[in-house]
Amino acid sequence: MSSEPDGPRKGSSRNDTTVAAAKSASSSDGARVKPADALFKNLTRSAGLGLLALIAAIAAFLVLEATDALSANTGNFLTTTEWFPNGSPPVFGVAALLFGTLLTAVIAMVIAVPVAVGIALFITVYAPRRLATPLAFVVDLLAAVPSVIFGLWGLIVLVPRMEGVQKFLTDYFGWIPLFATDNGVVGRSIFVASVVLAIMILPIVAALSREVFLQVPTAHREAALALGATRWEMIRTAVLPYGRPGVISASMLGLGRAMGETIAVALVLPASFDISWQVLSPAGNTIAANVANGFAEANDVGRGALIASGLVLFVVTMIVNMIARAIIARRREFSGAAA
Amino acid sequence: MATRIDVSGLTAYYGKFKAVSDIHFSIEPKSVTAFIGPSGCGKSTVLRTLNRMHEVLPAARVEGRVLLDGEDLYGPGVDPVNVRRAVGMVFQRPNPFPTMSIYDNVVAGLRLNGVRKKSLLDERVEESLRGANLWEEVKDRLGRPGAGLSGGQQQRLCIARAIAVEPQVLLMDEPCSALDPISTLAIEDLISKLKSSYTIVIVTHNMQQAARVSDTTAFFTLDRTGDPGRLVEMDRTEKIFSNPTEKRTEEYITGRFG
Ligand SMILES: Nc1ncnc2c1ncn2[C@@H]1O[C@H](COP(=O)(O)OP(=O)(O)OP(=O)(O)O)[C@@H](O)[C@H]1O
Ligand SMILES: [Mg+2]
Repeated sequence: MSSEPDGPRKGSSRNDTTVAAAKSASSSDGARVKPADALFKNLTRSAGLGLLALIAAIAAFLVLEATDALSANTGNFLTTTEWFPNGSPPVFGVAALLFGTLLTAVIAMVIAVPVAVGIALFITVYAPRRLATPLAFVVDLLAAVPSVIFGLWGLIVLVPRMEGVQKFLTDYFGWIPLFATDNGVVGRSIFVASVVLAIMILPIVAALSREVFLQVPTAHREAALALGATRWEMIRTAVLPYGRPGVISASMLGLGRAMGETIAVALVLPASFDISWQVLSPAGNTIAANVANGFAEANDVGRGALIASGLVLFVVTMIVNMIARAIIARRREFSGAAA
Repeated sequence: MATRIDVSGLTAYYGKFKAVSDIHFSIEPKSVTAFIGPSGCGKSTVLRTLNRMHEVLPAARVEGRVLLDGEDLYGPGVDPVNVRRAVGMVFQRPNPFPTMSIYDNVVAGLRLNGVRKKSLLDERVEESLRGANLWEEVKDRLGRPGAGLSGGQQQRLCIARAIAVEPQVLLMDEPCSALDPISTLAIEDLISKLKSSYTIVIVTHNMQQAARVSDTTAFFTLDRTGDPGRLVEMDRTEKIFSNPTEKRTEEYITGRFG
């Protein structure tokens, strides 16, 4: 039996909403809508709405929990640096945590992004094909490995060896406030946490940047070369400008991961709640690490406080992404999207 | 400024594949030379050996000699970067840098050469855009993206970019194949004008175009697919189109090529 004559009958037996939707759709855009299209449209629409409702419910729950804790708080949540939500009266604030989160993430980016871009450029521009293909494969593979693996490697192998690097930095560059220390004491610092984070996000940023640079049309690369550009000049005139939005997006993904990373940072940092620019001194904490450290022992207020800090992280991540989008959009007409 | 080109024993490979074999020809200074021939006969390949763009492709290599005013481009110690600064190129599809403004596109080559002085750059932008017959159309929007121009304007922008560095030779690979007849005429006019300052080599599939713009025409062909391309004959354009020496050439230009 052919399915052709069956079509209309099946259609008529479908539920009313689908038919109504099909009717309204066909009347609105003036074209006949096939039953399958209408069905698919409704499926996707309800999936989308369902997801939105779920997110709204989760957000409502979190905000409710957080509000309870915030109203019990005797400090200012945004400016207080201490974190005693389980005390009586509870006093806690996200200032030091937020500071640590942003600082570790930014330092991690400063370390990871140039290295990742360098790796991506090496693979796409410099390496002979015999080397580029396996290298690209390895980077993609590493990007697929959960970042906590790199975090563990960093903790076990790298952290014990960071002492010397940190000593060197403070001895020779201690005159830069960032690298100053109290009497040369270095330790489990923001800097070490940042290096571990950098290692964690390096593969994903490198893999995405490589994809981005691969997209640069041969025509633009040849245009630069034909003008007498060296390979590096070709990268500067054709590859980097074209890849800029993609690299920014890749970096933002890395930044998001760095800010949200819990265990690795929790294992490195001594969980102290102070705001200090001395990135080599043993101090610091981040929002995500604090959640990992504190959730088990938290009472109701403590849990609410952690949730509130999580919401702050969420908002900050959103702001960072919006800024990145704004940067990309600012030069959209020069992005090559039109070409 | 304009330069003669002498090619001898030129053979070009893509990996193991021999694309063109044992090419010999000479090009006079301040002349327009057209390369014609069936698709795949190696016109683009030969053109790209003239500014060492051929070897940019992986595993591509060249044998033989290309003399630019007597100096071998493939001689030992010759930097391809310098060759490409002396021999400009315009591609089949207009390829202005999409991330740059019209102004920045034109001066891209100058900036690579280290020219920074604003007044000098300004001067050369106007000069080159006038040279490419584009100045009047874009002078009020030099800061706009180059990719926002029409196809024909983009191709003239690419020509302006190529001549801004004052090369000795200008290579053009089917520069009009992506353009409408009006833009094509604009480019052909431009070629006739540029001839007074540059040695020009143009690849074209358009016989009328070759007849209109060129002084000399070179006909390439390949005997069977998989065989390397070869130069059949090269002569004054009038001669090639009225009374070619080789039968293959006559068959091709009269459309009886099989
Ligand atoms: N990048 C490449 N890799 C491998 N082979 C190539 C490459 N480019 C061209 N070839 C081969 O070299 C030969 C000559 O190509 P070429 O592009 O020079 O021909 P053409 O005369 O310019 O053709 P058309 O008129 O279609 O542009 C063809 O057989 C082609 O398949
Ligand atoms: Mg070609």
